[in-house]
Amino acid sequence: MSLGALKFSALLFGMLKMLRHKARKHPAFAKRLAQRNFTAQIRTFDGGVGRYFSFHDGRIESRSGLHPDPQITISIASAELGARLFTPWVQQLERIEAMKNFDFKAEGPDELVVWFTQTLAMMQTAGLEYGTAMPDGTQRFVSNTNGGPLFVYVKDGRIVRLTPIEFGEDDAAPWTIKARGKSFTPPRKTSVAPHTLCSKSTVYSPHRLLYPMKRVDFDPKGERNPRNRGVSGYVRISWDEALDIVAGEIKRVKTEHGQGAIIANHGSHHTWGNIGYYISAAYKFFNAIGTTRVIHNPDSWEGWYWGAMHHYGYSMRLGQTETYSLVEDLMKEAEMVVFWSADPECTSGSYSAFEGTPRRQWLKDLGIEIVHIDPYYNHTAALLGGKWFAPKPGTDTAMALAIAWVWITERTYDKKYVAERSVGFDVWRDYILGKEDGVPKTPEWQEPETGIAAKDVRALARRWASKKTYLGAGGWGNGHGGACRSATGIQWARALACLLAMQGMGRPGVNFGHLQWGTPIDLHFYFPGYADGGISGDIENTGMPISLYQRMPQLPTFNPSTQKVPRLRIPEAILEGKTEGYPWNGKTIEGQFQKFSYPAPGHSPIRMFYKYGGASIGTMSETNRYVKAYRSENLEFVVNQSIWFEGEAKFADVILPACTQFERWDISEFGGTGGYALHGQTQMNHRIVLMQHKCIDPLGESKSDYQIFLELANRLGLGVYYSEGMNELDWVKRLFDASDLPKHISWQEFLKKGYFVVPAPSEERRDPPALRWFYEGRKKDVPEPHPLPGDYGKQYLEGLQTQSGKFEFECSSLKRFDPDDPERPPIVKYLPSWEGLQTKGLVERYPLQMISPHSRFSYHTLSDGKESAVNDIEEHRVRIDGYYYWVMRINSEDAKARGIKQHDLVRVFNDRGAVVCAAQLTERLPRGTVHSYESSAVYDPMGEPGNSVDRGGCINQLTPKRSIAAKVTGTAVNSCLVEIELWDGSGELRPAAQAASA
Amino acid sequence: MKKWNLVIDVAQCFNCNACTMACHDEYFGNEFPGVAAEMPRLGHRWIEIRQRESGAFPVVEVSYLPVTCNHCDNPPCLKAARDGAVVKRADGIVIIVPEKAKGQRQLVEACPYGAIWWNEEKQLPQAWPFDAHLLDAGWTQTRGAQVCPTRAMRTLHVADDEMQRIVREEKLSVLHPEYGTKPRVYYRNLDRWTRVFVAGSLAGEIGGVTECVEGARVTLEKDGAKLAEAASDAYGDFRFVGLEEASGAYRLRIADGRFQAKTLEVALGKSAVLGTIMLEQRPAA
Repeated sequence: MSLGALKFSALLFGMLKMLRHKARKHPAFAKRLAQRNFTAQIRTFDGGVGRYFSFHDGRIESRSGLHPDPQITISIASAELGARLFTPWVQQLERIEAMKNFDFKAEGPDELVVWFTQTLAMMQTAGLEYGTAMPDGTQRFVSNTNGGPLFVYVKDGRIVRLTPIEFGEDDAAPWTIKARGKSFTPPRKTSVAPHTLCSKSTVYSPHRLLYPMKRVDFDPKGERNPRNRGVSGYVRISWDEALDIVAGEIKRVKTEHGQGAIIANHGSHHTWGNIGYYISAAYKFFNAIGTTRVIHNPDSWEGWYWGAMHHYGYSMRLGQTETYSLVEDLMKEAEMVVFWSADPECTSGSYSAFEGTPRRQWLKDLGIEIVHIDPYYNHTAALLGGKWFAPKPGTDTAMALAIAWVWITERTYDKKYVAERSVGFDVWRDYILGKEDGVPKTPEWQEPETGIAAKDVRALARRWASKKTYLGAGGWGNGHGGACRSATGIQWARALACLLAMQGMGRPGVNFGHLQWGTPIDLHFYFPGYADGGISGDIENTGMPISLYQRMPQLPTFNPSTQKVPRLRIPEAILEGKTEGYPWNGKTIEGQFQKFSYPAPGHSPIRMFYKYGGASIGTMSETNRYVKAYRSENLEFVVNQSIWFEGEAKFADVILPACTQFERWDISEFGGTGGYALHGQTQMNHRIVLMQHKCIDPLGESKSDYQIFLELANRLGLGVYYSEGMNELDWVKRLFDASDLPKHISWQEFLKKGYFVVPAPSEERRDPPALRWFYEGRKKDVPEPHPLPGDYGKQYLEGLQTQSGKFEFECSSLKRFDPDDPERPPIVKYLPSWEGLQTKGLVERYPLQMISPHSRFSYHTLSDGKESAVNDIEEHRVRIDGYYYWVMRINSEDAKARGIKQHDLVRVFNDRGAVVCAAQLTERLPRGTVHSYESSAVYDPMGEPGNSVDRGGCINQLTPKRSIAAKVTGTAVNSCLVEIELWDGSGELRPAAQAASA
Repeated sequence: MKKWNLVIDVAQCFNCNACTMACHDEYFGNEFPGVAAEMPRLGHRWIEIRQRESGAFPVVEVSYLPVTCNHCDNPPCLKAARDGAVVKRADGIVIIVPEKAKGQRQLVEACPYGAIWWNEEKQLPQAWPFDAHLLDAGWTQTRGAQVCPTRAMRTLHVADDEMQRIVREEKLSVLHPEYGTKPRVYYRNLDRWTRVFVAGSLAGEIGGVTECVEGARVTLEKDGAKLAEAASDAYGDFRFVGLEEASGAYRLRIADGRFQAKTLEVALGKSAVLGTIMLEQRPAA
């Protein structure tokens, strides 16, 4: 016998001993062994080495050699390879290589193979201790959410309380920034958003889906009654029945209709965790079965992606600039911050809880002036104070151009920078001065448009030019949300980029930001973000190729269907059978120009919809469209995998109950996004990597998404491919090993303690400030792996991603694409909104401009409804006669003119629909502008779904489906005209709305 | 002896509701015998944040007032309670004892701050018990203070004379001291909630164009006496804060070398937003 054969034989024998040993030691493992009765054979291809394991009621019988009739067989090309692969905690690369080369194979039912390999892997984790026993009898676990990490206190299998993580003595010390003679250090704990602090009420919500369900009048073998979706009730079914129906439908539509017949879609966000995230578990499954891909629009970036990017590049940040070390630069150098359509105290940088809040409180200590430009006196303004300007929605660009006019005519811009670091300024300057169209863009010119007095714009322009000023645009400071999601979003983002370039973007004290991004944390410690792909194997549509793939080799996945549908056009694809769009593709500036059409050549129309969650009606635009699409006969089958029974989950034929992240294993970092938001951890005050313990068992019969996909995959023969034979905890360990964590903390300690605080770098090792290299004409020196090497024009790392390598006031990329596009000309111009105060024919009937930013108290639809605790926050919903209504904010004079008093129920409507809200009278808005958050989780039609008044609060029924511009696919939800009146109790739409919706 | 006190800074509260949610998290689904019965899923806000807008577009101030059980040293609920349903602990905390308070709806009416909530299902009056069970187990701060991102809520465990020193130093006040209830919940910058302001914006013609007038001297007078003085900022704005609501007639004098002096009379009810005040140019010398 060769040495390899001896070793492999010994390892297999050792495996038997170990299985028996673990079963004796750990009752849970013994219980696991009793789950299946069958025989598994492990052997070399030639049968030279082999051992079989027969499981019978928990007992294992095992012999060397070959079994005559095993149910499953795992075979390895050679004994030498077998010896290497069966040594515990194998090299994943070798394992993947062996699978890829067909040197490591499995035969037999997937379900048994996966059970067997998962069982073998469990020997490594059986009996591991995790969590901390507390004096009050609770066990303290750790989890992570969209709104910050948590200590999770559990007793008797139930969550008792959720708290932030307060650091201990042994956790790393935080950074200190010294500025203007003072020292600033962040608190040594994590912060938690209110939409996370209410999690106990959402986990234990009466709206949880606790078992699989089937619509009562859906019969996959008979009458399907698709038009009853959203109306008929449901009946409980078993998991086996549910999974058999779904797997059966996947096979049926593929064989009956062909590739592309299944469309798969998810919300923008998910419950937290790199393994369970949709970009991980769902992408792998959807790629594995072949699906029409839904192309999400860059809905938080829009104007930055479609517009500002053409001036300076940053395609891989979707048109937002780098942010390294900008917290320190702002604190040391800046004299003023202009918050423009920026309310970080409301949206908390999306994932960063209140990490930026204490930093912005330092502005006062530093004596830095603050200006807010926002139609709403937002929460940042209310907390920090400062000068407030409220332009009419969609007109901000006119104000920006007038600021440029003042700087040009008074010669108060950075002329050297403009001369040396930019191109095309003369062309834009001539437009501003009116040489092109005879209209100088003066402060007086913008006054009737914006409602901002000319004198005020002049004063702001002068103040700005006289001080080193940070431009805090959007929720992240370098863009994100707000005005970029409007009909004029492209021009607004472009205009802001041009303003900042005029003042020398990258100069000390001059940059994008408002202390939300750019803390001095250690970015050289490797831990991937959720967008880096997790277990997806997807190297086309995630950050995996530049981040995780080399660290965590895994079986790659590819979606065989090239058919695509824009998320904003799913209803048209289903109802009308054709649509088109422009992609969200940040690889290069030109990625966004690649128009695509549905149906793709030779592909099947969509016949089956696999939907993850129920957020569309609350979060997309003109959303009665989605309701109608779900009720269409063109969809033969709809499955929804959801945690809660809400929104469009109520339009599915079969509902699969998923569990929350508190009920499954995972691993992640606080705010660790990766992908297009690379180094998003710099929103946090500390880098903190979290073990997401399985704190409680899944409620009812709910399962983790991974488990649901795996069980479906097993029915399709894809179980081994999907899981690589591993369970979620094995994947967690694999990601742990792929990161830099093992250099600092052992697996056992990490599993027990649940978190690791990455030490902040010393002051000397902090990254250089963003764009200083560009300002000073040096090679790029920040740790940002883009643009792609081939996107540099002259010398690698020199200059920006644009054709000229400079800031382009006149954009080469737009000139190349379509120089005559009136909506997106090569220089930024002012074009009134297509749904605004100049929209004749509409504004007479619907005179109020509605803006609908992201909700403050619900993370998208994640915390709203569900009888969760946030419903009792009056700014979120108001309880009237026992019903929790969505809130619409209206200027008190506008309300008075309509006979509306505080908390009256009002009908908010236009031709697209009508929503009942509770009126909140306010002085925080000018007359003519109304404000309501988007993202209601509750859709509650008072009549026919899609064609009646909604009292759930989905105000996105009213927002336009029209794209920002014809040659982009972007949402313009903040350009929306409505009328508001006292609600008469009717659930019917008006004739105009009925006609429009017919 | 050290006792528990809560200090809330009205100027730093921005209605994030983290304290409210943490309070809900602690008491919803949990019961702590002798301290609190379970809080209902919906309808109770044991820490309630009230909101006030002051001024009118485009000059507005928003303030928030978290209101909760004041743990009064002279608690009206204690007087209204029967059968020992309310207890004043030696460490200052007031507890509505869940095992003894059933049916005692009069406690809800007894609290002049509206901080006691009626649990319909349990027929029980309930209020925030200062997280007494946690403090007894070694916690050093309340759940709300722990999660407050602006440190607007602080838990102080100090002797009464030490607390009074802090009250003087930080100029703390309590809600409705005239009730004589002696709350242990103190507020900083309560003026933001109670007081009003006068604001205006100065403009004038400079070089043939209407401009914001920066640096003008604005004085506020009452009954002939000067109360305050301010210089208009780059946008011509001035604002006098901390004035008593409905305090009657004030006079504003505006002086700037470039313009004629101007005097305005203001009758103050709620906050007065005077809008743009045009200054006349000085006649040529």
